Order: sequence, then C-alpha cells, then structure tokens
Amino acid sequence: MINITFMVNHRKHSLEVKPGEYLIETLKRLNIHSVRRGCDTASCGVCTVLVDLKPVPSCATLTARLAGKNVTTVEGIHDEAGALADYFGLEGADQCGFCNPGIALSVHALKQQSSPITEADIKQALTGHLCRCSGYVSQVKAIMAYLKDDAHV
Amino acid sequence: MSKTRVVNQVRPSVDGKGIMQGRKGYTHDFVPDDALIVKVLRSPHAFAKITSIKTDEAKQLSGVHCVLTHLDFKRKAHTRAGQGYPEPSPHDTFVLDYYLRYVGDEVAVVAADDEDTALEALSLIKVDYEVLEPVLDFEQAKDNNIRVHPEEDIYEMFPIGFDPKRNLAAAYHMEVGDVEKTLKAADVVVESSFYTQAQAHVMMEPHTVHASFDVYGRLTLYSSTQTPFHVRRIISQTLAIPLSQIRVIKPRVGGGFGGKQAIHGELLVAAIALKTNKPASLRYTRQEVFESTYTRHPMRIDLKIGAKKDGTIQAIDCYGLSDTGAYGEHALTVFMVTGSKVLPLYNKVDSVRFHGDVVYTNRTSSGAYRGYGAIQGNFALESLIDMLADKLAMDPVKLREKNMMKEGETSPIFEIMGEGTEGTAMTMDSCKLDVCVEEGLKLSKWHDIYPRKQTNNKIKSVGMAIAMQGSGIPYIDMGAATIKLNDDGFYNLMVGATDIGQGSDTILTQIAAEALMTEVENVAVYSSDSDLTPFDAGAYASSTTYVSGNAVLKAAESLKAMMLKEAARVLHVKERDITFDGKTFKAADDEITLSSLSNQLYYNDEQKQLTATESYVGHKSPPPFMAGFVTIEIDPQTCEFEILNYTSVVDCGTTINKALAKGQIEGGIVQGLGMACFEDVHITKTGRLISNNMLNYKIPGVHDIQSLTTMFTDSFEPSGPYGAKSVGEIGIDTPPAALANAVYNALGVRLTSLPITPEKIFKAMKEKERNHA
Repeated sequence: MINITFMVNHRKHSLEVKPGEYLIETLKRLNIHSVRRGCDTASCGVCTVLVDLKPVPSCATLTARLAGKNVTTVEGIHDEAGALADYFGLEGADQCGFCNPGIALSVHALKQQSSPITEADIKQALTGHLCRCSGYVSQVKAIMAYLKDDAHV
Repeated sequence: MSKTRVVNQVRPSVDGKGIMQGRKGYTHDFVPDDALIVKVLRSPHAFAKITSIKTDEAKQLSGVHCVLTHLDFKRKAHTRAGQGYPEPSPHDTFVLDYYLRYVGDEVAVVAADDEDTALEALSLIKVDYEVLEPVLDFEQAKDNNIRVHPEEDIYEMFPIGFDPKRNLAAAYHMEVGDVEKTLKAADVVVESSFYTQAQAHVMMEPHTVHASFDVYGRLTLYSSTQTPFHVRRIISQTLAIPLSQIRVIKPRVGGGFGGKQAIHGELLVAAIALKTNKPASLRYTRQEVFESTYTRHPMRIDLKIGAKKDGTIQAIDCYGLSDTGAYGEHALTVFMVTGSKVLPLYNKVDSVRFHGDVVYTNRTSSGAYRGYGAIQGNFALESLIDMLADKLAMDPVKLREKNMMKEGETSPIFEIMGEGTEGTAMTMDSCKLDVCVEEGLKLSKWHDIYPRKQTNNKIKSVGMAIAMQGSGIPYIDMGAATIKLNDDGFYNLMVGATDIGQGSDTILTQIAAEALMTEVENVAVYSSDSDLTPFDAGAYASSTTYVSGNAVLKAAESLKAMMLKEAARVLHVKERDITFDGKTFKAADDEITLSSLSNQLYYNDEQKQLTATESYVGHKSPPPFMAGFVTIEIDPQTCEFEILNYTSVVDCGTTINKALAKGQIEGGIVQGLGMACFEDVHITKTGRLISNNMLNYKIPGVHDIQSLTTMFTDSFEPSGPYGAKSVGEIGIDTPPAALANAVYNALGVRLTSLPITPEKIFKAMKEKERNHA
C-alpha cells in the first residue's frame, strides 16, 4: 500500500492506495458517484475527471501517481454544470446524460484557454467523449452558446 | 389546433440539471454497500456441450458465497425478450444450460465479496466441454445438419413458424394479389439482394442490475432495463417466485436503443440473492455488452420491383433471411417489421409479397434495436427505388412522389401484418410525407447538387430516402398513468413508462401540465417502479409519446373532472357553471383557488385524496414519416468520403418537446450513419468476436458529422395526445439507403452491402472498370 495526499474538489485527502488502484475506484471509496464506468478501455470518456485542470480518463489513471495533484469531479463545479445543463436542454442535447458529467469537466478545462474559444476548439475538447444519443451537433451548439454567455468566446 | 402553452415548446429535461451535476441516478449508483459481486463464466466455444463441471474449488475460495451452474436450476425454457405476453418469441433459453451456443454464452455464475475474488473463483471452475462444430454463416443455417437447438424442451407460445429441427426460430409469409403474375406483366423489373450487418447498440451505460431483500422480505431489483414490468413477469415465471414477491425499479438509464429490452443478468442476480439471502450486483463489462447481450439482426433481403414505363410501381416482392443468432428473442417481430413498416411506403401496388425465414446460428444473439427490421428493409427498398428510377431514366424523387403514401390513404399491409400477429387496418389521418420531401429538397439544396458536382479533385453528391415507422403496438401494448392532487395544488404524475434517456419523463410531464393548465414545475414525475407506478409495457416500438402520452392525457382529464366536482360542491354551483384556468375555479359570484381547494380536501371538510388512473391501448399505430437527404464529398481516387450534411424533415405530428424531438431525430440519424458508414462486428473463423471493445468497434465521434439540418413539418395526428405521433425510431431508418444512393450519384457504383466503406466502394469501382474494359 502507498500513502498519498492529494486534493479532490479542493479538499485534502490522505489515504492508503494499492499500487494498481485506478482513480475511478479511489473516487468511489471517497463516495463520489458521478464518475461512472462506460468502457474499460479508456476509450469512451464517461469517467473523465480533471487532474490539475486537464481531462483524464479516471479508469486509466493510477491514484498512486497523483500525490500533490488537484482532482476535480463534477461535484467540484456544481453550479457551472447546472448552468451548462440549461444550454444542453435548450438544444435537445441532454438525453441519457451518462456522458454529461465528463463533458461538463472538459468544458471547464476548455474555459482555462486564454485565446477565444472556436467551434474547432469545442470539437477538439469533445473528441474523447463518445455519446450515442445526441449526434454531437446539438452538444457543440449548446457549449458554444454557453461559452458565449459566459464570455469565454 | 388550439394554441398550446407547454407542449409543442422547447423545455429542458426535468432531470437534465441533476444528471449534468452528477447526482445519484443510475442503477449502479444504488448498489448496497454489502452487495455480493456477481461474475459470469462464459463459453470460450461457439458451440459446445458441458460434459462435466466442477465447482468445489471455487466454492472453497475464501470470500466466495455462491457458485451456480445449470445443475442448480430447474429447466424452464423462457425468452429473454421483453414483449407483451404471450411473447411472439420462441421459449428457447434456459437460465443456465448445458448447451453453449455462442462464444460468451453463460456457463456458470459466481458471487463473492469483491470483484477480484469473484474473478479468481471463475478461474477455479473446471469445465469439460464437448466442442461441437458451429453454424456461423446464416445463409447456410436453414436445414443444416448441425442443429443449434437440439433440445426437446423448447417451444413457441403460438404459431410463429418455429422449427428448431430446421434451425428456424420463426418464418413468415404473406401475399396480396398475385406477385408473380404482376411482375411478369410489368414493363420493367429491377431486382437485387441486399445485406445488412450486425450493429451493436453501444449505449454508454453497460447493462447493470442488483437485487436485495427489503424489510418486508420482498425481492427488489434495480435494473437498467427498458421493460421493468416484463422483467418482473419473466423472473417470476422462470424462477418460480410469486409475482407478489418481486419489485423492479428502473432508475435513470444511460441509453437503451432496444439493447435493454430483454433480460440481461436479472435472472442471475435474483437467483444469487435468493440462494444467499444477500444483496447481489452484476455490472456487465463492455466486453460482455458486446459479446453476450445482442446486436441488430443481420439480414439478406432479396427484393424485386415491377413497374410500368411511366413509373407506376405495380408489384413489390420481398424475401428476407434474418440471422437471430443463438436465441430467438424478437426473431419474428423484427422480421415482420421489415415488411410492415417499409412496404406500405409504396401503397398503390397491385400486389405485394413478403416472406422469409429467421434462422439460428452460433453467434451472439440478435434482438431489439432502434428501427428494428425497418432500417434493414428501408436500405433495400430505398436503394432499389433509385435503381428503378435509373432504369426508367426517371428522377428518383419524382418516382417516389408518384408512388408514395399520401394523407387519407391506406395499405392492405396494415391489416395483414402486425408484430407477431395480424395487424390493424388504418388510414393515414396524418401524413405529410409530400411536404417532407419538398422541404428537404430545398433545405439540402438538392437541385444545386443532384446528382453530383465536381469540386477540385473531389465529387460532391446527394442521395435521399423516405421512411415510415409506427406508434406503439395496437391492441397489445398498454400504458397507464396515475395523477394525484396534493395540498397547495401540485400534482404527482406516476407512470409505468420507461425513460431510458429519450426524455419520456419530461414529455409526459408536459402533457400532464398542458392538460391541467399548469406549469411543468407543478407536476412531480415518478416512473417505472413496479410497486408504485401503474403498468406500462415499456420503452419500445416507438410507443411512449403516443400510448403512454394518451394515458397521461386521459388521467389529467379525469382528475380535472374530479376537481371540478369538488369545486362545484364548495362553491354551491353546478360543475358546468365553473371555469378553471389552472389556478382558480370561478363561478358567477364566487371563486376558490386550486391551492385552497386542495388544502381543504386534505385538512378541513369532506376530506379526500383525489387520484385518477387511466390506461390507454392503441387502436392504430399512426406512422411518423420522414425524408432524409445526405450530402457527401468523395475522393474518386481513394473513395474516402465525408458526410457534409444530413437533412431530415420529419412528420411526427405535433412535437411535444421541440428540443427533445430534435435530439431523437439527430441521435437516430448519427446512429444510422454509423451503421451506413463503418459500424460492423467481426468474428474469427471459430466464432470469437474481434470487435468486442470500444477501440475495435467504432461508433461515430464528434468529428464524423459536419452538420445536421433537422425540421418538423406542421402535422396533426387526431388520435395522438395534442396531435403527436412517435419520434424515437424514425430517425435511424434513412441513412443507409440515402448514403448508398449518394455514392451511386457520385461514382455510378451501387453498394448493396452495409457498411458502405471506402474499401468496398474502391473495389466496386475497380470491378466497374474491369467490366467496361
């Protein structure tokens, strides 16, 4: 077992982890339920979280490597995710929603970009996020509208 | 129609915010802390018989609570299909069986304290197999010497053409007029065979279920299912537990698309819970979802059309061969839809024949999948219509306009073919297919591009197809709703209808709010809990808006009548002398607010709970219609192509929620484009699935689609709630044929097998060159 200290949603956690333990499992231990499993091969984007504001698949990120890092799950951007949901709703982009928390986090990461955000940037940010419901076009439109009103475009 | 305030509007989903914020909602979020982890040992062989199975070592492993094999179950054939009862699917499946019929079939099941222990226990089960030669090619299955189902204790519930001695799960035949004769007399006959592949659903949430006992000792299952009431019934029948002892709760579901319209793991966790008296949880790995749930039915469709020189279509002759894989869930119903929801598009024929076989093979089963049967048939028919136009030297759109279904018309097929049984005669009280085509031509800039346009080194082209679907299964599938008035005048809406992400909780709330003249926020919805909500057949067959929606509308009207009666009593007037605006009951000289009335009914005088429950079963299945237009850009050297735009113009009657309806169409289009362009399952020579994860099985990503144009025509279905028809499946039907037609318009090669990949187009081009040389 390895003892590590890291931040999850701005709260400090010190805990023992197995060397092969993935972040998705650790987060479950910390009672975070928003990070769900979609594929087992780090290819669907459902379990995306932010490590130091960069999106990573938590099913393929070893917790032991996160000492001193800041992990953000959608619980850490609660109000922002709620605001984004309104835009998804207006575009018909919210259906089963299984991929949505991960997308909200990637949008949060995108907002850190200093230059104006273009449609190409949004598509790039959604690249790792598979969605079987929406057809994507409405998601891109919703995110664009959200960022416009949020003054990031 | 009169103006609506809540329906036919854009409304965000009632649960959209909570889901985006990651609140607990899906099945796996509610697994009890002390649940045993269930894992399944699966067959490594496409066809084998268990000669011996030893579980002692696995059972002795510390942390293992239970190991079950076929020896632990009383043999009782069932079907996994979640359909109305008696099911039109053969009862050909056992909870666990000594025959294994595909790679991934269930051999044994283990429950342990944690996943690692469960997996270790699986490796300790010793199985001796007699490996049998499998049938993997569905075109060789019928009357093959190898029988996929050699056992004697399987049966059909009523005649569906089930004949396991011939590897037939089902067979069907119908004919109107004399097809052979009409074809003989026709000026022009076109024919071709079309192949469609096994498409995987790839809903983002894997199949998940857990079972536990509540304080009353009843078995409670949480399941990511599309059919909670069918699940309850099948568990009771198969495991011989009284129905009264089972509760099935469907929480939020992360996508279904038909893939969760059958039993997957529910029987296993229920059996483990019963055996151990402990909660048990099973979540399919993605590999299990691919290998051991089911896919779309692969089909070969042999199609012939006869027409006059002027383009009048006189006869359609369709033979279909469908591969149901190892088990026959939805075998007949999917196959019949290939005829019933496709062939009536061209309803003015003198004769039409639809027949064929659904065969068993040793492959992962086929089952329900959005647009089932229809997408396969549509690909064949709408490709062959363009081939006919070509032969007649006629414009393919004009050929369609001349022959297609119009408002006020009918087709004899509606009465002959239902889903598994006879159908229901109906005329098209709403059919704006002509408008869909007309508007689509404009929106897609068809006339600027058709058939092709050279742009630098590439060719831009367009292709189109039309489609129809249905709205529920008439006289069979029922939906029910209960609405309860609370103090302060807010309502609970309880529906059996199953929201699987398509937004039915939202649109049913809108219908209730519209009818009760209130806001969505004043109606609290709860759905799909076999104890607490009334019955609903489930989320399938494009039924929820139309069938469940009608039930909600009826319940709201009933409750309103009850409220008026109470208001009349309090105001000492006749009911007919009261008006209600959603907030206040007004008589000539007096009034009472709904809030006051409801408070009085709870606390003050003549107290009572007002609750209305109503049911609805369709007397018809009004089809939504659409026209789909794809614009592609293709490189004639490499044959690589890009989807530039897909234009959809849809007649689904009134859109209850404009945003969600658009979501249904666009999601369907992109799922259909995945099937048209690249999605395919691949197996090895011995029947092992290669494309068993999301790296090897690609679904469309954000870069695969440039733009979607989606429009709804003004249409009103008199029998639907506020004029609505269904919208869940119609979107997926047109992309394969539209793409095949666009490729033909670009390069002059006709692709008749899906998916239409650049490699296949390239090969067809080479062949065409050789033939010309």
